[in-house]
Amino acid sequence: MKANPRVGPLASRPGEAPPHLDVNALLDDPGTQVIVCCGSGGVGKTTTSAALALHAAERGRKVVVLTIDPARRLAQSMGIEKLDNVPRPVPGVTSKSGSLDAMMLDMKRTFDEVVESQATPEKAAQILSNPFYVALSSSFAGTQEYMAMEKLGQLRNDARKTGRWDLIIVDTPPARSALDFLDAPERLSGFLDGRFIKLLLAPAKGPAKLMTAGFSAVTNTMAKVVGAQVLKDLQMFVAAFDTLFGGFRARAQQTFELLQTKETAFLVVAAPEPDALREAAYFVERLEAEKMPLAGLVVNRASRPGDGLTIEQAIVSAARLDEEGAKGPTADLLRLHADRLRLVSRESHLRQRFVAAHPHVPTVVVPALSTDVHDLDGLRAVGSLLTA
Amino acid sequence: MTAVTATTLLIRSRLRNVTDWDKVRLHVVTGKGGTGKTTVAASIALALASRGQHVLLCEVENRQGIAQLFDVPPLPYEERRIAQGPDNGGDVYALAIDAESAMLEYLALFYRLGGRAGKALDRFGVIDFATTIAPGLRDVILTGKVYEAVERNSRNKDARVYDAVVLDSPPTGRISQFLNVNGEFGELAKVGPVKGQADKVMQLMRSPRTAVHLVTVLEDMPVQETIDGITELSGAGLHVGSVIVNLVRPKTLDDTSRAQALKGKLPRDVVTAELTQAGINATDELVDGLLAEARDHAERRALEDEQRARIATLDNTVCELTRLSDGIDLGGLYELALDLRDQGF
Repeated sequence: MKANPRVGPLASRPGEAPPHLDVNALLDDPGTQVIVCCGSGGVGKTTTSAALALHAAERGRKVVVLTIDPARRLAQSMGIEKLDNVPRPVPGVTSKSGSLDAMMLDMKRTFDEVVESQATPEKAAQILSNPFYVALSSSFAGTQEYMAMEKLGQLRNDARKTGRWDLIIVDTPPARSALDFLDAPERLSGFLDGRFIKLLLAPAKGPAKLMTAGFSAVTNTMAKVVGAQVLKDLQMFVAAFDTLFGGFRARAQQTFELLQTKETAFLVVAAPEPDALREAAYFVERLEAEKMPLAGLVVNRASRPGDGLTIEQAIVSAARLDEEGAKGPTADLLRLHADRLRLVSRESHLRQRFVAAHPHVPTVVVPALSTDVHDLDGLRAVGSLLTA
Repeated sequence: MTAVTATTLLIRSRLRNVTDWDKVRLHVVTGKGGTGKTTVAASIALALASRGQHVLLCEVENRQGIAQLFDVPPLPYEERRIAQGPDNGGDVYALAIDAESAMLEYLALFYRLGGRAGKALDRFGVIDFATTIAPGLRDVILTGKVYEAVERNSRNKDARVYDAVVLDSPPTGRISQFLNVNGEFGELAKVGPVKGQADKVMQLMRSPRTAVHLVTVLEDMPVQETIDGITELSGAGLHVGSVIVNLVRPKTLDDTSRAQALKGKLPRDVVTAELTQAGINATDELVDGLLAEARDHAERRALEDEQRARIATLDNTVCELTRLSDGIDLGGLYELALDLRDQGF
């Protein structure tokens, strides 16, 4: 499947600071009902979503957070180390009116549940044991994204029905490209609408004359290359799955539309690295093209800006102290300072490039913590940095 | 990399004596997202080439990461030379493998389904179907192309033969599946030529000619993923090569200063005096700032040491690459390559 081609923005006035992203206002607005945290892998999406969720809960929202693959210790501290695909209350949340539930996505289980809810028991059993289904539900690139969307839809319906939650925060699967999350439903419908699938279905459904000469050449080739058994399994799978296709497509479409409404807010998470910011830029452009509500950009793990000396001053002074044989730690401290200033300047340069292309995206910069986040206090610290 | 650490590493690798680098023809580079896999893969390729080898650097995720890194136009499905050593004749070719092209090439090669037949398959959506949806098939096709590059021999006229192939592969979470070590594809296709192809690829992957290197940074989750990944890969009969620790904080403070900084006991008066000696106006604010920075650095180094200790319990050779504060540009890439070469690559 081809990725959507990139459409870049126009030029804007450089050098202006982007608007500040007011995370508290976003979380306090009762109109915000779904927050989706997107971004490429390794930028701290999971921690950001968990911190946002805790912060919102302690400000009085009734929150459920859907995480994808949290660090073990973080999962433990949130009481969700057991992967059972059901939201559980997080212990230790201090809030009068708010609450926090958390869950970890079990992709295969979510898929199985959809099949079970859509098909008759016999048909469901037939599908669940088909090797193609097993592979599709556990390893198809995009299944995780699709299932995250499916789960989001389920949680939303639950929230509507029971009033248990008024804010759903979703972490997105670790992907090289943040766009995978938005592409997944389309990819699945693409698969379901594919001409090849339709042709595979034809013999199971109708008279053999539907098999065009060209197509039998194709299936013959397939049989030659992958073996006839595979083709038979595939045909059985597609035939059994056929009745579910419509439902799947409708649900994916529904969730996609939910993401376009005003009650949703996308937060794009990035680190001050070229790859992560490039992915963030692609994602922002895509949201604009799809008319999806972008709340802003979170730049994680930023080096703290320092003042006092310039890089050059620090380096020259350190060299001078070395030359004069100073015994104290000061020369090293100066080199440390210079090193950090270099990082800061590189990061701010990278961010400026992003701002030049996307001047209207509200941004919050979160300084890196010097320790790992693996408990609620750590999440609270991130939460207050996010809302500083 | 200081001389001391390099020596320690050398001794360590001798003691463990796990990998005979000269035998390895295929270097698979994996790691958690955000740890710098592509950078490390490129550095390994450059390091090998700087020892005179002819190296092919492959990527498989349609990301054009290599082109961006080497600052060249997007790579086609064709081996392009992107680096050449000055004296000893080593070079690096790069190839961006996309599943569709690889599949068409495969069909043309083995079934003489080139040209029109390939186009017919394409028209029926078979190529698209096979490469995006059919579980596992995509991976078999991608690794199949890598297999071809590794096993290529000089009997074929005009064939470019490589001493080593470096593969920038999918992240740790997907690596076993990608290398098909669990035989997932075999479950689907029990017979047929593609099954045969998958088996041959698996044989190469499991042979001592393949080494899987894991890239990590010194943080809890990436290290955990590395440890889990090694268990999974070794359990599946794959040969795990090095653990490459990337983005290591420069060791700017010595151990004494670090310990003092951690306790907040760096000698403030000495720092003030020395700053004045260097001609700097040592305001309280500035001294406070420097001391706080030192403490921050020491805390992070302590965390790094914790993670380093976990990695040291592993039975693998470990290489460390220091974070370059100016980021990775082409020059930095060569710096890392030299670092790796000095550490045994």
